[in-house]
Amino acid sequence: MTALRGRTSTIAVWIVLLSMPLWMGALGGYTELASRVVVLGLAAMALNFLLGFTGVLSFGHAAYFGLGAYGVGMTIKYLQPSTPLGILVGVVTGTLAAAVIGALIAKRRGVYFAMVTIAFGQVFYFIAFRWNSVTGGDDGLNNWRRQAIDFGIAKLDITNDVTFYYFALIVFALSAAAMGLLIKSPFGRTLIAIRENERRARFLGIPVEQHIWLSFVISCFFVSLAGTLFALLSNFTDPRALRWDQSGNFVIMAVLGGMRSFWGPLIGAAIFVVLQDYVSSHTENWMSFIGLFFMAVVLFFPRGILGIVKRRLAS
Amino acid sequence: MSLLQVRGVSKHFGKLVAVNDVSMTVEPGELRAVIGPNGAGKTTFFNLISGFFPPTAGTIVFDGQDITKLAEHQRVKRGMARTFQITEIFPELTVRENLRVPVEVAAGKRLAPWMTRATQARMRERVEELVEMGGLGGKGDRLVGELSHGDQRATEIMMSLALKPRLLLLDEPTAGMGDQETYNITRLIRRLHRDQKLTIVLIEHDMRVIFHLADRIMVLAEGALLAEGTPDQIASDERVQAAYLGKAA
Repeated sequence: MTALRGRTSTIAVWIVLLSMPLWMGALGGYTELASRVVVLGLAAMALNFLLGFTGVLSFGHAAYFGLGAYGVGMTIKYLQPSTPLGILVGVVTGTLAAAVIGALIAKRRGVYFAMVTIAFGQVFYFIAFRWNSVTGGDDGLNNWRRQAIDFGIAKLDITNDVTFYYFALIVFALSAAAMGLLIKSPFGRTLIAIRENERRARFLGIPVEQHIWLSFVISCFFVSLAGTLFALLSNFTDPRALRWDQSGNFVIMAVLGGMRSFWGPLIGAAIFVVLQDYVSSHTENWMSFIGLFFMAVVLFFPRGILGIVKRRLAS
Repeated sequence: MSLLQVRGVSKHFGKLVAVNDVSMTVEPGELRAVIGPNGAGKTTFFNLISGFFPPTAGTIVFDGQDITKLAEHQRVKRGMARTFQITEIFPELTVRENLRVPVEVAAGKRLAPWMTRATQARMRERVEELVEMGGLGGKGDRLVGELSHGDQRATEIMMSLALKPRLLLLDEPTAGMGDQETYNITRLIRRLHRDQKLTIVLIEHDMRVIFHLADRIMVLAEGALLAEGTPDQIASDERVQAAYLGKAA
């Protein structure tokens, strides 16, 4: 039953994602909005690998998201105008930073872990903010553009918005598949064991710190990948991509959509992005509306939007 | 060679001496009970053996090797498994999922991102074996948190057993149980001891259980070793009786 429902929701998600550019316009949206849903959805799902499936709350994931963004932007701007190389540099930078910082903080738990992740995250924010000559400082990193990808035999022209959407979707699909397989693997089961009862996990022979570290690094790998796509999407990045409120947004997306369900954070990201786009065209205080909506979900639907949908379908 | 040798371990929490210079030797295949009044330091003693925290003084030798400084999971790897006074399980997972984790850890798969079909089948088979052995047949797909206290305990014991330990530490396995549940768990422990030749150390309050199961009994009082011997010796020991009646020994 649950397996069947899981498959149904997976198929539904894919039908929507694959057709999004076709109907987005008719509903008053635009292709870039669809791309933002996919990219931020990937970031929120990556965060949720750690939050929902390991039970560890990070409030500093924007740091790795931003490192990915600056990695790709700076590579294309200063090093070589190559999109794949830029993505590679962004992801490697973000993942390496996560590996080092993760090793320093894997022993912290709960609110202490969250606080330390914020602190480290802000370090990167201030570097991006202050180092004007390289990062563009507060103005952001501009004057660079994503480049068509040359596969030798054919060129993928991702400078086109719709092509970029499908490019981002392919990256998203591969990442989601990898995370899904990991969660269902023996390693993934040890993470869920840690989430459920850390003491029990420890005394079942699981070196908890090592597994949390790995989960953190895997999560940050995918979040920095999302960061590279985010910068490519707008041909721009600025220090806000690594600031703590961006980290908070990822957490909001995951909780909003439902952190116990695999696709929940994607739904959360979609709601977040659409609300942001719609409300911000009417008022500058769009965050207040997201905040109210978020509080309503947390108070009345603690399992998130997808949690409620699932329960409705079950009964 | 003795399986477990605890040599003069102490544990201080600030000024409180929870365990004071206690030694114990457990032979392979033995079932040892640790008893004592509340606050005698039994659980602290267990925590020292299983690596929950390090001793203030003393050494612990397991299977000929000094394990005093090893972390919990390293002790598990060497063949030590434990249960807790307050059941520690994964309440929101099913019985099978609870057992699956230690089965895969014991098979060295804790970091595996992937398993062959054959290995998966082998893991599932082992889980089924444990479900049956623990008397949990028919409850395999129930959430453990929804089961009776006795079945939760049985699940916890089977999870420890899934690790294929050579030494099983049980902290008050029948605590808070009714007569029928106590009987079932006692029978399970005895089967593990007799049939699987498992070495077991258990803390227990229920005297019927202890005298039914234990080869030897060790008595702790106020953190120190009070007496050690066969059940008959302990039953007739005046110091033990005094300690249990609350008189100064």
